Amino acid sequence: MSQADAAAPANAHPNKTFREAINEALHQEMERDSTVIVMGEEVAGGAGCKGSDEAYGGVFGLTKGLGPRFGRERVIDTPITESAIIGAAAGAANTGLRPIAELMFVDFIGVCFDQIFNQAAKFRYMFGGKARTPMVIRATAGAGLRAAAQHSSMLHPVLTHIPGLKVVMPSNAYDAKGLIISAIRDDDPVVFIEHKLLYETSCPVPDEAYTIPFGEAAFAREGSDATIVAMGAMVPRAIAVADKLAAEGIHCDVIDPRTTSPLDSEAILESVEVSGRLVVVDEANPRCGLAADISSIVAEHAFSALRAPIKCVTAPHTPVPFAPALEDAYMPGEDRIEAAVRAVLGGR
Amino acid sequence: MAYSKELLTSAYYTMTTIRQFEERMIKEFMAGNIPGFVHTYDGQEAVGVGVCSHLSDDDIIGSTHRGHGHCIAKGCDIELMILEIMGKAEGLCKGKGGSMHIADIDKGMLGANAIVGGGPPLCNGAALSMKTLGKPHVAVSFSGDGSSNQGTVMESLNLAGVLDLPHFFVFENNHLAEGTGDEYAVAGDIAERVRAFGIPCDKVDGTDFFAVYEAAKKAIKHCRSGKGPYGIEADVLRFDGHFIGDPQAYRGEGELDDLRANRDCLKIYRERVTGEGWMDTSALDKLDEDAAAAIEKGVQRGLAAAQPAMEELYSDVYCSY
Repeated sequence: MSQADAAAPANAHPNKTFREAINEALHQEMERDSTVIVMGEEVAGGAGCKGSDEAYGGVFGLTKGLGPRFGRERVIDTPITESAIIGAAAGAANTGLRPIAELMFVDFIGVCFDQIFNQAAKFRYMFGGKARTPMVIRATAGAGLRAAAQHSSMLHPVLTHIPGLKVVMPSNAYDAKGLIISAIRDDDPVVFIEHKLLYETSCPVPDEAYTIPFGEAAFAREGSDATIVAMGAMVPRAIAVADKLAAEGIHCDVIDPRTTSPLDSEAILESVEVSGRLVVVDEANPRCGLAADISSIVAEHAFSALRAPIKCVTAPHTPVPFAPALEDAYMPGEDRIEAAVRAVLGGR
Repeated sequence: MAYSKELLTSAYYTMTTIRQFEERMIKEFMAGNIPGFVHTYDGQEAVGVGVCSHLSDDDIIGSTHRGHGHCIAKGCDIELMILEIMGKAEGLCKGKGGSMHIADIDKGMLGANAIVGGGPPLCNGAALSMKTLGKPHVAVSFSGDGSSNQGTVMESLNLAGVLDLPHFFVFENNHLAEGTGDEYAVAGDIAERVRAFGIPCDKVDGTDFFAVYEAAKKAIKHCRSGKGPYGIEADVLRFDGHFIGDPQAYRGEGELDDLRANRDCLKIYRERVTGEGWMDTSALDKLDEDAAAAIEKGVQRGLAAAQPAMEELYSDVYCSY
């Protein structure tokens, strides 16, 4: 959400949750374009069973209503078969459809990674520009639901590393709707990462369809004292810290890149040129991660503007633990973000 | 005559083109004119041609690392293939794919695939497009005995069966996955595996063009009529190594000589069509010569062609860092 949207009257648009915003966008895009299909495990649910014809509508309810509205020909329940899902989506994208493949949890890229990075991501380049692969992989990600190591990872750094993939990670309902519509209309493979903790967060979201361009960061807060870059579920936490510090007269830019590939490095560099102080907050593991990547871009291109060492606030380099106390400590919290901002400000 | 003159001529011309193309690629590779890794299809021509004889540009095939024969059988331009294999700017993929990644979307050639078992999931997608868009076309995946062991292929068979996709699974069992025999590496039987998914699968002599042609005709008719996927397992062989330069230490004494003498699909074809009185030797010889001339022209063009411009390093990927 940009500052302009935040400043708009609260009643300008109805409040919708992140989940409702994406669900509405899926309905609108499937209505608009008959080549858009949805496929995945339990996207409707109940196939081959005696009960409801829409037993789930996606395990988090993101695709609810699509099956009854558009039929099972376009809302395809698949077996639990991630390589076949992603492969079919890629091949269908090459031949006239715009598939949205749901990967229930982003952790499951482990079982279908070949179809993502050796196939879909490489077609356009490897085939001399002739192949188009307009597909979206929607995946739930992130810690916070006590789902433990194999259902809680943040793998956007792994995906961002791959040329040919676009990686989108909205932090609020407004961006989620605009970005998913852009993803569906994009001619490259897009991985769309939905953080579990954001599904029930809400903000004003227009009823009509709209797009948000990839590679354009949003400034969730503005201020010249320090730059905080945060992604996904870390954005609300960074905003909370910025608002607390603002009450003390410390004003921070809070930059949400919204897409990690392409990355709006210009917005980050311009902010650091003014503030001279950078904190990068990312829930992913630290080694070769987005926080390290952004730090390196700033160190390479804006070193002389820096007035303090860069601080990265990330998860530790461990799998996600199960025990609630450990998981809470795993995720970067407001206290750690605040301490990092105060540290780059020289202890203020 | 059971087969039209046009089919008999085009089938032989395509098979001899593939054979001579591969033999020439071996020479050019050895002469240092082709970079990288190249896997040749010589010996398996009857399968690719027997299947693709039934296909139009609107039908889709997904190939393997041993893909030259499938490309030629599907109608890819051999000069542009040679340019691609030599890494030249005017190649089918601008010289950025190479032997293992030749694709020609306009011809329904969805790509050679250097990942064993990479193609069948994608062909399911092509078949899903056809089904969803209501088109009467068919997607054909080529797999070997090696890829029959990959999980992706098992998953693709299952999903094709679940969704009743018009997907024709062609297994070319050349009995060698690199240097490991199928007797060791394939537990059970490939056709039985396909049937276990409820998908009909026929075994066919892959050195007999006419046997493959008839089996493919039946399978493709099944797929086009909305009855779901079909499979064949073709018993076939390759005359050369896994890759060009492979010393083939896994071959038995006299094995290759025996295969060339007794299981050469081109010889078998010639004997059949001359024996039946469908074609005469001079007509077949003429087709050999025509194919050789076309390949020679392509090789000379390839040798003289320009490398891709440096800007191409950065093109055709959405963003570069």
